[in-house]
Amino acid sequence: MATEQRKGIEVEGLVREFKNGPRAVDGIELSVEAGEIYGFLGPNGAGKSTTVLMLTTLLPPTAGTARVAGYDIVKQGPNVRASIGAALQEAALDPLLTGAEHMRLQTALQGIPKGEREARSDELLERVGLSEAADRKVGGYSGGMKRRLDLALALAHGPRILFLDEPTTGLDIQSRTALWDEVGRLAAEEGVTVFLTTQYLEEADALAGRVGIIDHGKIVAEGTPNELKAEIGRPTVEAVPQEESERERLGAVLERFGERAGASPRGAAARLEGGESQLAEVVRALDSEGIAIETLQLHAPSLDDVFLAKTGRSLEGAGDAEEPEAEAVGAA
Amino acid sequence: MSSGLRTQVGQLARRSALRTLRQPAQIVPALVFPLFLLAVNSGGLKDATNLPGFPTDSYLTFALAVPFMQGALFSVMNTGTDLARDIETGFLNRLALTPLRGAALLSGLLTGALLLGLVQAITYLIVGLVAGAELVTGVGGALVIVLLSVTITVATGTLGLFVALRAGSGEAVQSMFPVFFVFLFISSMALPLDLIQTDWFHAVASANPVSYLLQAFRSLLIEGWNLGDLALGFGIALTVFVVGMTLASRSLKTRLVRT
Repeated sequence: MATEQRKGIEVEGLVREFKNGPRAVDGIELSVEAGEIYGFLGPNGAGKSTTVLMLTTLLPPTAGTARVAGYDIVKQGPNVRASIGAALQEAALDPLLTGAEHMRLQTALQGIPKGEREARSDELLERVGLSEAADRKVGGYSGGMKRRLDLALALAHGPRILFLDEPTTGLDIQSRTALWDEVGRLAAEEGVTVFLTTQYLEEADALAGRVGIIDHGKIVAEGTPNELKAEIGRPTVEAVPQEESERERLGAVLERFGERAGASPRGAAARLEGGESQLAEVVRALDSEGIAIETLQLHAPSLDDVFLAKTGRSLEGAGDAEEPEAEAVGAA
Repeated sequence: MSSGLRTQVGQLARRSALRTLRQPAQIVPALVFPLFLLAVNSGGLKDATNLPGFPTDSYLTFALAVPFMQGALFSVMNTGTDLARDIETGFLNRLALTPLRGAALLSGLLTGALLLGLVQAITYLIVGLVAGAELVTGVGGALVIVLLSVTITVATGTLGLFVALRAGSGEAVQSMFPVFFVFLFISSMALPLDLIQTDWFHAVASANPVSYLLQAFRSLLIEGWNLGDLALGFGIALTVFVVGMTLASRSLKTRLVRT
């Protein structure tokens, strides 16, 4: 048992094809260590949710194998389900039931002994900040409250591995940050392995120890956020002149240090070919040219830069199709 | 039944009952619409009692059997729509990730139908009797009428579950409602079988199981304890239940493709 508890997620050549459709997932390989937060990043239609459905045993793979918590997702489905919690893409809640009634149902169906259900429910509702709203019908909850309840339900039976499919999509920044805090705490304090899909770069950056970038069903890059950024590597320096008329001259100076990059309407930017160490040279060059600077910023490479480098497209707005999940669940 | 399965059925039954009680839009039409039709029919067709061989001089008593069947047809729509909504919203996936057994899911969902069926049956019976309908079998007959009504409601509810699991959409379930209603209209709803003069209609109504379900109610209301009619009524209801549950269970296995 102790050995099993150390197992995370191992995926080899996982494929899912839909009837008359594309290969939603096209032979992915990945490994998630126990206690790790793994960010699965990609635009809409990239194959993220289909991967989650397969790993949570809700969708049989067309080919390939995967083990979750040490159990084969095809041959040992009940063992996998007993080991995982999942908050899928839409917070699937019953608007006519209260938060407490949801918890009561979930704890009972997960086989928690009757005497422990109420305490477990109260503890989880408290943890996600829903104690006061526990007796209100979910139909009146905000999007953030629904997501938090979804998370509490996923944790009802104390799973070792947690799947979160775009948990913060559509949430305001406060709700998003609160959810990030809780997910981070679960991994850090309770050793829960988290498989998190997202289309938000900052979410993967803030939460994930490692990130896999998926596009058109294939993993195009994998590593820690810093490794991935270092791989494509060059930071961007952006400056705004005090006098707007100096903007072109400013751009020309920056261009000496690397290719031009996108900047704010009043400024100019360039990717530093020599890395961060060139910043001092940039400042000296601007000073010697007599260009007075209002602001000067150094931007580290972002995961969007990584996505751009790996796919030739920017992640923002790259999604063009929803994954055919409903067809998958219903048609197989 | 193991304690785990009992817990699952109990919890899902509780949810189903809560959902039913919290949706007046499900309860009110299922109560009002059949009673409205009862009022219209018993007022408009009362001269039918003058036909030679008509079994009673109270058309209200004759027509009181119909609301029990109409209420059962509402059960098809309500249970099916509830399950279809669970499929559409992903709630079924949430349930699928627990150790839930298919039998528990279906049984739990039918509890809502049972509850609604009970409320319907008692309401129709009380309203009918207050309006002047006869019940020759007395209190015992009333209990059997309620039991038969609930049995039919749950049985037809399984058909709603089957359609929901096959189609996966509430709209598909609701589109089946008129189809099921046609079965009621081509039965002995308005006249006893032996007084239907049109040959094709007589043939269709005689082959329609709904006619025999209606006759089971009417035997209790009008004739007395006729065990043959009751056995046929309960037998048809149980057959529909077994067929519906079998179809729904198979469809559930297809729908829940968890490994």
